[in-house]
Amino acid sequence: MTSPVPDASGHFGRFGGRFMPEALIAPLDEITQAWQEAQDDPAFTAELDRMLREYANVPSPLYEAHRFSEAAGARILLKREDLNHTGAHKIRNVIGQALLAKRIGKPRCIAETGAGQHGVASATACAYLDLECTVYMGEVDTERQALNVARMRMLGAEVVPVTTGSRTLKDAINEALRDWVASVDTTHYLFGTAAGPHPFPAMVRELTRGIGDEARAQCLELTGRLPDAAVACVGGGSNAIGLFTGFVADADVRLVGVEAGGDGVETGRHAATITGGSVGVLHGARSYLLQDEDGQTLESHSISAGLDYPGVGPEHAYLAQTGRAEYRPATDAQAMAAFELLCKTEGIIPAIESAHALAGALTLAEELGPDATILVNLSGRGDKDVHTAAQYFGLIEEPVVLDEGTEE
Amino acid sequence: MSGSPITALFDRTRAENRAALVGYLPAGFPSKELSIAAIETMVEAGVDLVEVGLPYSDPVMDGPTIQAAADRALEAGTRIADVIEIAGRSAATGAPTVIMTYWNPVERYGVDRFAAELAAAGGAGLITPDMIPDEAEEWMAASTAHGLDRVFLVAPSSSDERLAMTADAASGFIYATAVMGVTGQREQTSSLAPELVARLRKVTDKPVGVGLGVSNGAQAHEVAAFADAVIVGSALVRCLLDAPDPDSGLDALRRLVTDLRAGVER
Repeated sequence: MTSPVPDASGHFGRFGGRFMPEALIAPLDEITQAWQEAQDDPAFTAELDRMLREYANVPSPLYEAHRFSEAAGARILLKREDLNHTGAHKIRNVIGQALLAKRIGKPRCIAETGAGQHGVASATACAYLDLECTVYMGEVDTERQALNVARMRMLGAEVVPVTTGSRTLKDAINEALRDWVASVDTTHYLFGTAAGPHPFPAMVRELTRGIGDEARAQCLELTGRLPDAAVACVGGGSNAIGLFTGFVADADVRLVGVEAGGDGVETGRHAATITGGSVGVLHGARSYLLQDEDGQTLESHSISAGLDYPGVGPEHAYLAQTGRAEYRPATDAQAMAAFELLCKTEGIIPAIESAHALAGALTLAEELGPDATILVNLSGRGDKDVHTAAQYFGLIEEPVVLDEGTEE
Repeated sequence: MSGSPITALFDRTRAENRAALVGYLPAGFPSKELSIAAIETMVEAGVDLVEVGLPYSDPVMDGPTIQAAADRALEAGTRIADVIEIAGRSAATGAPTVIMTYWNPVERYGVDRFAAELAAAGGAGLITPDMIPDEAEEWMAASTAHGLDRVFLVAPSSSDERLAMTADAASGFIYATAVMGVTGQREQTSSLAPELVARLRKVTDKPVGVGLGVSNGAQAHEVAAFADAVIVGSALVRCLLDAPDPDSGLDALRRLVTDLRAGVER
């Protein structure tokens, strides 16, 4: 099944496209063409499949969470992306893009990162494929996630703290784009989510869609039928688009994206871009974003660093507009309750990002009742969030340095 | 577009056998009143065409100097209505004035509303660093309806096909970015710019302005030899950023513009 979107110019209905400096259009065209050729080249796809299988531990298992299901009141299946190398779905995207960079002869990759997870995954893929790697990270985030900074450096990457603007993820993207426009002859921009200018949303979708394709086959094998709903958290939206794409053509499967509700959408302190934002242009594409009346980007808020982004990928905007997928918020408190429930019923510490999907599944279970089967993408493991969670639950007094894991 | 004030300016500078001097300053930096004073100073000292920057939270094409100024303008509470008003005050000096803006503020304000208000204020058009003609259907319609010029950017990486397409969609002038990079001063002028302009000349008769990296009269003189306009931004902003007080900032601005103007006339 091929998805009908985007069109040749990268539009998902009115969303997507390229709102970029002209200087970057030629490189974006180069990537578009190279990616098309790579997808059609059996040698490339076989190599990528081999790397994912041997190195990244893909396909990830589908796991029936019996005790969590009992607590939820519906049958809950978890797609265990937390068991991938580097602890999240992100490895699928970075291996694919790093292999593409090799193919087009770019010896260097740059990446942006918020909490550090895409940065760690990028540094990992670059070490694995012998590429130079520079990661841009907001200064605020380098302080909050010092151990991930160390991890990236250990893997041989250069980490550049970004001191402009709000000094967080969106500014790291700005700074990576500034690097790219000046270095594009030698450098691939290893974009971390299914957003940005064409072809990134479509390319990242194709690189992450293994999540949904695998889960669909695994679900049929396990249960003999498709799930009633497929649920994923949505920040930029890469794990969600990877899950949804496998089920878009199955009209009876509800697609539910769970956004970061922060303190509650009504408080204004949230990162629920589709639920609480409006249509505009940010980082190269038209989509939903958090903005003021003048179109200035607003800061987002979430307990989950990986969901703390004021934009969202354009295909999610399109799926929301067409009604094929629905997007709802889970607050920090709802996500942390689901986090705790999974820890205690299954012995799995989820990423706080993924806990938002679990929270969405709990709400959905109440609505659909005990006969429902709900597939949840457990997009990453929560080792990186132990400190945040321990503070949240009052388990420690002094900050501890413990960290691992994933982002959205 | 023969009635455009920008076209009239280039008719005049071509008749004078010189390049036009284009100066950029962000609206509302360091304050609304001082930004107006700075624009007036710049025009008095010899800037032919003013680019009023609309301060934006995520200026991906700009280096640290302009971003710092934009951040201060936003902190000072600069709104879109202020930017349009400042553009009007700039146009009142007699220098054709365009707003340089990232796309989202225009889209959010309403493309037609923005165009109508800018035209009513006396503005001549927009420069849109992250809006390519491929995405510009609504802006093409609004600019035509309100008699505004649409200045698109081209880059050394642009294909010949894209140069032709962009030149065709543009009016007023075409903004050629001299380097692959963001705004900011550079010690040497670009070696890529003459070739880019030469490639443009093969596909268009429209005036070509060259920007990115020009910061003094000598560089302006070099660029003026092959371009219809020399565009200066960060170096002007720097005069105000570095100044200990407003008056010395305006003095520094006046001196730099005088030097730049001499450069384009030599």
